Amino acid sequence: MQRFSGFGLAKHALSHHENWQRMWRNPTPKKEYDVIIVGGGGHGLATAYYLAKEHGITNVAVIEKGWLGGGNTARNTTIVRSNYLWDEAAHLYEHSMKLWEGLSQDLNYNVMFSSRGVYHLCHTLHDLREGERLVHANLLNGIPNEMLDKDQVAREIPALNCGKNARYPVMGATVQRRGGVARHDAVAWGFARGADALGVDLIQQTEVIGFRQSNGVIEGVETTRGFIAAPVVGCVTAGNSGVMAQQAGFRLPLESHPLQALVSEPIKPVLDCVVMSNHVHGYVSQSDKGDLVIGAGIDGYNGYGQRGSYNTIEHTLSAIVEMFPVFSRVRMNRQWGGIVDTCPDACPIISATPVKGLFFNCGWGTGGFKATPGSGNVFAATLAKREAHPLAKPFSMDRFYSGALIDEHGAAGVAH
Amino acid sequence: MSTVSSKKSASRKVAQSNRLTRGGRINRNKPLKFSYNGKTYEGFEGDTLASALLANGVDIIGRSFKYSRPRGIFAAGAEEPNAIMQLGATEATQIPNVRATQQELFDGLVSNSVNGWPNADTDLMSYIGKAGGKMMPPGFYYKTFMYPESMWMTYEKYIRKAAGLGRAPAEWDPDTYDKMNHHCDVLVVGAGPAGLMAALTAARAGARVIIADEQQEFGGSLLHSADTIGGLPAAEWVKGIVTELQRYEDVLLLSRATVNGYHDHNFLTIHERRTDHLTDRAPLNMSRQRMHKVRAEWVILATGAHERPLVYANNDVPGNMLASAVSTYIRRYGVVPGNKLVLMTTNDDAYQTALDWKLAGRDVVAIVDTRANPTGALIEEARKLGIRLIPGSAVIDVEGGKRVHGAVCCSIDATGSKVTSGKEVLTCDTIASSGGWSPVVHLSCHTGSRPVWNDEIIGFVPGAAKEQRLCAGAVHGVYGLGKVLEDGVNAAQQAVAALKLNQPEVELPSTFEPVKSPAMALFYVPHVKPVSRAPKQFVDLQNDVTAGGIALATREGFESIEHVKRYTAMGFGTDQGKLGNINGMAIAAMTMGKTIAETGTTIFRPNYTPVTFGAVAGRDAGHLFDVKRFTAMHKWHVEQGAEFEDVGQWKRPWYYPKAGESMHDAVNRESKAVRDSVGILDASTLGKIDIQGPGAREFLNRIYTNAWAKLDVGKCRYGLMCHEDGMVFDDGVTSCLGDNHFLMTTTTGGAAGVMEWLELWHQTEWPELEVYFTSVTDHWSTLTISGPNSRKLLAELTSDIDLDKDTFKFMDWRAGTVAGVPARVFRISFTGELSYEINVQANYGLHVWEKLFEHGAKYNLTPYGTETMHVLRAEKGFIIVGQDTDGSVTPFDLNMGWAVGKNKPFSFLGQRGMQREDCVRDNRKQLVGLKCSDSSVVLPEGAQLVDNPKHPVPVPMLGHVTSSYYSPNLGHGVAMALIKGGLSRMGDKVYAPLRDGRVIEAEICSSVFLDPKGERQNV
Repeated sequence: MQRFSGFGLAKHALSHHENWQRMWRNPTPKKEYDVIIVGGGGHGLATAYYLAKEHGITNVAVIEKGWLGGGNTARNTTIVRSNYLWDEAAHLYEHSMKLWEGLSQDLNYNVMFSSRGVYHLCHTLHDLREGERLVHANLLNGIPNEMLDKDQVAREIPALNCGKNARYPVMGATVQRRGGVARHDAVAWGFARGADALGVDLIQQTEVIGFRQSNGVIEGVETTRGFIAAPVVGCVTAGNSGVMAQQAGFRLPLESHPLQALVSEPIKPVLDCVVMSNHVHGYVSQSDKGDLVIGAGIDGYNGYGQRGSYNTIEHTLSAIVEMFPVFSRVRMNRQWGGIVDTCPDACPIISATPVKGLFFNCGWGTGGFKATPGSGNVFAATLAKREAHPLAKPFSMDRFYSGALIDEHGAAGVAH
Repeated sequence: MSTVSSKKSASRKVAQSNRLTRGGRINRNKPLKFSYNGKTYEGFEGDTLASALLANGVDIIGRSFKYSRPRGIFAAGAEEPNAIMQLGATEATQIPNVRATQQELFDGLVSNSVNGWPNADTDLMSYIGKAGGKMMPPGFYYKTFMYPESMWMTYEKYIRKAAGLGRAPAEWDPDTYDKMNHHCDVLVVGAGPAGLMAALTAARAGARVIIADEQQEFGGSLLHSADTIGGLPAAEWVKGIVTELQRYEDVLLLSRATVNGYHDHNFLTIHERRTDHLTDRAPLNMSRQRMHKVRAEWVILATGAHERPLVYANNDVPGNMLASAVSTYIRRYGVVPGNKLVLMTTNDDAYQTALDWKLAGRDVVAIVDTRANPTGALIEEARKLGIRLIPGSAVIDVEGGKRVHGAVCCSIDATGSKVTSGKEVLTCDTIASSGGWSPVVHLSCHTGSRPVWNDEIIGFVPGAAKEQRLCAGAVHGVYGLGKVLEDGVNAAQQAVAALKLNQPEVELPSTFEPVKSPAMALFYVPHVKPVSRAPKQFVDLQNDVTAGGIALATREGFESIEHVKRYTAMGFGTDQGKLGNINGMAIAAMTMGKTIAETGTTIFRPNYTPVTFGAVAGRDAGHLFDVKRFTAMHKWHVEQGAEFEDVGQWKRPWYYPKAGESMHDAVNRESKAVRDSVGILDASTLGKIDIQGPGAREFLNRIYTNAWAKLDVGKCRYGLMCHEDGMVFDDGVTSCLGDNHFLMTTTTGGAAGVMEWLELWHQTEWPELEVYFTSVTDHWSTLTISGPNSRKLLAELTSDIDLDKDTFKFMDWRAGTVAGVPARVFRISFTGELSYEINVQANYGLHVWEKLFEHGAKYNLTPYGTETMHVLRAEKGFIIVGQDTDGSVTPFDLNMGWAVGKNKPFSFLGQRGMQREDCVRDNRKQLVGLKCSDSSVVLPEGAQLVDNPKHPVPVPMLGHVTSSYYSPNLGHGVAMALIKGGLSRMGDKVYAPLRDGRVIEAEICSSVFLDPKGERQNV
């Protein structure tokens, strides 16, 4: 693998950038692999990377029906944080956070992870109480989190309306300063390049159309380019997971919803952190390019169309203008939608399935981006050992039978 | 400011050196003053900011995003990539990123370029761009800024500073925005020749028509056309059509109105700019912009086509322009943007630009045609005018820095893939280029219909319609004025037929159709050097994406067009690639050896052009962001100086401080008054749902966890509601008003959710039950009097309700009269005291409230707010759903198993959920009381509890404090907490390590701190 650095850029400039290598190959699928990963999004690519890097399993294929990182990875608003309430979730997301820190160097690919701080605004006594609960729980779990009063919030986020005249005045906020944003496409590409360099075959424009199994044991996948065998298959297909599970012959407790987001035109730096409000219901950050990156809740109905309803956009911008009246004259450039797979308890499923050798990693709902490295890391371990990584264990799909749910609706809050 | 540029501008100001003495649709009798970068200029009514700047000879209007190269105005409409301005005379009215080509000039307009330091003319950043540009290929930032790790945030700070275009205002928007909803039979998008004919046809058929156009005038390309229609100059013909359309009552004509989004089910949004052409700030009582939300039976897209520029080296130097834009400035605005023109074209249409330039009296140096043997009417006309024609050639490079000085011209081969001769430099100051036309397929793409490549017209056209959508004119590749007019009629006739209206008479006007030769497909002009080594050949001007950059992307493995876009940032700008994308896709295809059809397009999404946030929010902003709900007694609370708490949408009195009282003082006083004598709470905000029908009782049985079969008329019962998972989500008292008639109360914040929950289950799962739900929360005022003297007080105000403790028992309700008003009185209690909840018709609420105070003075009747309500209920261990529960708590966890009916014949919601293995295990979190070892300490709510505060991180947690208050009646703090196995740990010590470093010790106890036997409410 060609190493990336400022020096390398200078060197390649002398040869007119004609000698850069491909970041990944375009291989013809082999007949058989040790592990097949269905879905070449961020989570799938991270899984492949860690399988090869940490478990030495390199005879791996990632099979993607479209282009790498083209699903929710390509469409999300890139918030990274680990301030989840319940121990199980907090440990999983914190594992991911630790991988974010240093990920660019590990991958030798600048994923632009930027610890610019994630603020959750409190607008009611209830919000304050929940904020205190979250901060205390995080601290005891070893995850730094702070509670700010409204004057501190006003000082740290000057563009925010912290006045009493707001419909729901800001009363305080929690802030996770290590949280922030990253460059979403680069995350997929960095993992893809890293996995490819370790020997993983990234097979694009190839759709998995079925799972071949015998006596409840996985044998491989049927694809639009024929059958490919593997004793272990990991399915990481986000909004399409319900469809994939059906092909494998079981059901998942997932609902697929449209989730929309939008950006403004690029403007000069005006907001240097991520601001989220569950109550007013919206969130915003500013990208390095200058766009205000904005989102709010899912569309209420189920669907697989990567578009949502206009009223969601209206509510979202209404919330943003309420929080930031100075943004009223800024203009919205573009909106889009993805499909998110939501679980009843707002936590993911990382699990063995009724089909032996077939594992699923899904249900990340609106907030999977932040988990990309951690999800890939624990799923890789799960596939390598064919049993759940300790951090993944609580996220087995059995919990919907046992009732051991991990209800993160509060911490998951406004979709992100 | 440098003196040189001031001098220049002074001369420009007088001259409008590029303004023609006649022609154009501007009003020379109405000069308008405006400023650009601090200098004052003059233009005319009818100008855009762009045409006025060009009239004044302003070459550089900004600097490019990445390399800080000087840029000039390139186009004349929505596709403009360069002329992005900051507008606004005051701080509050700043608008970032306004396209000068779309901003009408008004007197006093203040504009500034958005990049360049110290200014756009002389930008120091350009030296970095020049020196470092070679090190900044696409995606360079993914390959560097990584080492050392700690430096990234510093690098990033400077990256952020360099990025962005305009700036957000620092003050609040003084303007308002509004919305209108419409239904129509036919929405025509675009009022060019096709759109006008379509609208006319539909209107004559009697259809309800909306026709919208982004420009201030209808006519589209006809506004700068040299054509005649029906013997009239095109613009005159337009006037006639518009006049007829205005006569129809059912036709809505919207100008300055961009159809910016096309959503499912033929729902479209139109962004109308009502005042942006008048002043900085909207006139009083007028909304600045309006969103029209249209549900159309049929949509006719008549959005035309954008001209495609050619991609050649240094094609971004000011003076390079689109051919059609040059014509537009000359014919529509009377502005010639230079003196010596070189035109490069792949087609006949652009010859008109050379003719227009020549007719304006300026010099056409040459027409460089990429085709070897162009023939046709316009070509003949050019020859006749003595214009030099250089066929089979191309401008491959440009000389000049801040303005074009020369065009480097070479012969090229028949396919346009290589240079075949030495160069000739043509001295000129303007290079107009045309690579043909790209249909404006954006809106059709919004609906999920992928554009389809059409070799014949060398462009993408809309894919198969996903909605009731028709196309007319250039948008689907129909070119030639006569054909376009006819196509407009045809589209409308299809809609008219589908609408089952009678086809109207429409006569097609005569047009002149010049004979044309075929155009050449050329998306990349070859250079003598290969693409990686040629000088920058820009594809996307706004994002500084070059042909070389696209080639590099494909070389590095970014083969999907989406990857190319994301890696190079092509089409990421505020123009969303209107000019550059097709060339870029073609170049990507070329470098991969694929066809354009194989490569395809990226997806165009809303908005077509950017839309103000404020306009999308509309009136749902400021104090109208979310409704405020007030009870009938609100005025009284305000007069008494109450502090308010937001609960849901309600404003509830939180506490009533007297002069000099702190919150703590007030709450102590209120709490004691209730227990000692009598207090009054405005409980009107509690949700109230009237439930009627023969299935009502059975419905309650299924929705609530407890049994309702035997509740008699006149009785009340407390119930818990669970979701299917067995977790509590609401509670309240429901009273039996009649055999088939109940009144349910819910929590204040949960009312709407419960209503939806009831309807959901009724409509989707149990439609066989005949039952009806009506929200009556606002219909009733609820006045709760509570305390040992409450009966005495009530007795003074009612004569027809028997208050005897043995006949009107706890959990009974009675109808009667209170303070002369019909009332329902419920003997229920959330304080543990003798309490009555008096419900009266909401309009009587304040009357009864004041009557109670008239009679209550002698009992020291004290109003109390939500804070005191919380203290009193916590003393009694009564839960608040949402505070003491969080969606993970079963009735058993709350020690409220008594509220779960075990013998109900039909299952109830949550029953199966709460029987799951994990829900019945030991050591679940259970609601208990906590008493601090130091009685002066009040635990903070939200504190986590542990067995061993000295345990290293992560510290195992037992649970958390859900409710905690100082109890003035007990003289110490009372708290409730959810603790693992709490109910079997009575007397154990637990610890709350706080974020400020303190550790508080507390003892687990019963959550009922006061009157455990419940004697006080049974008196």
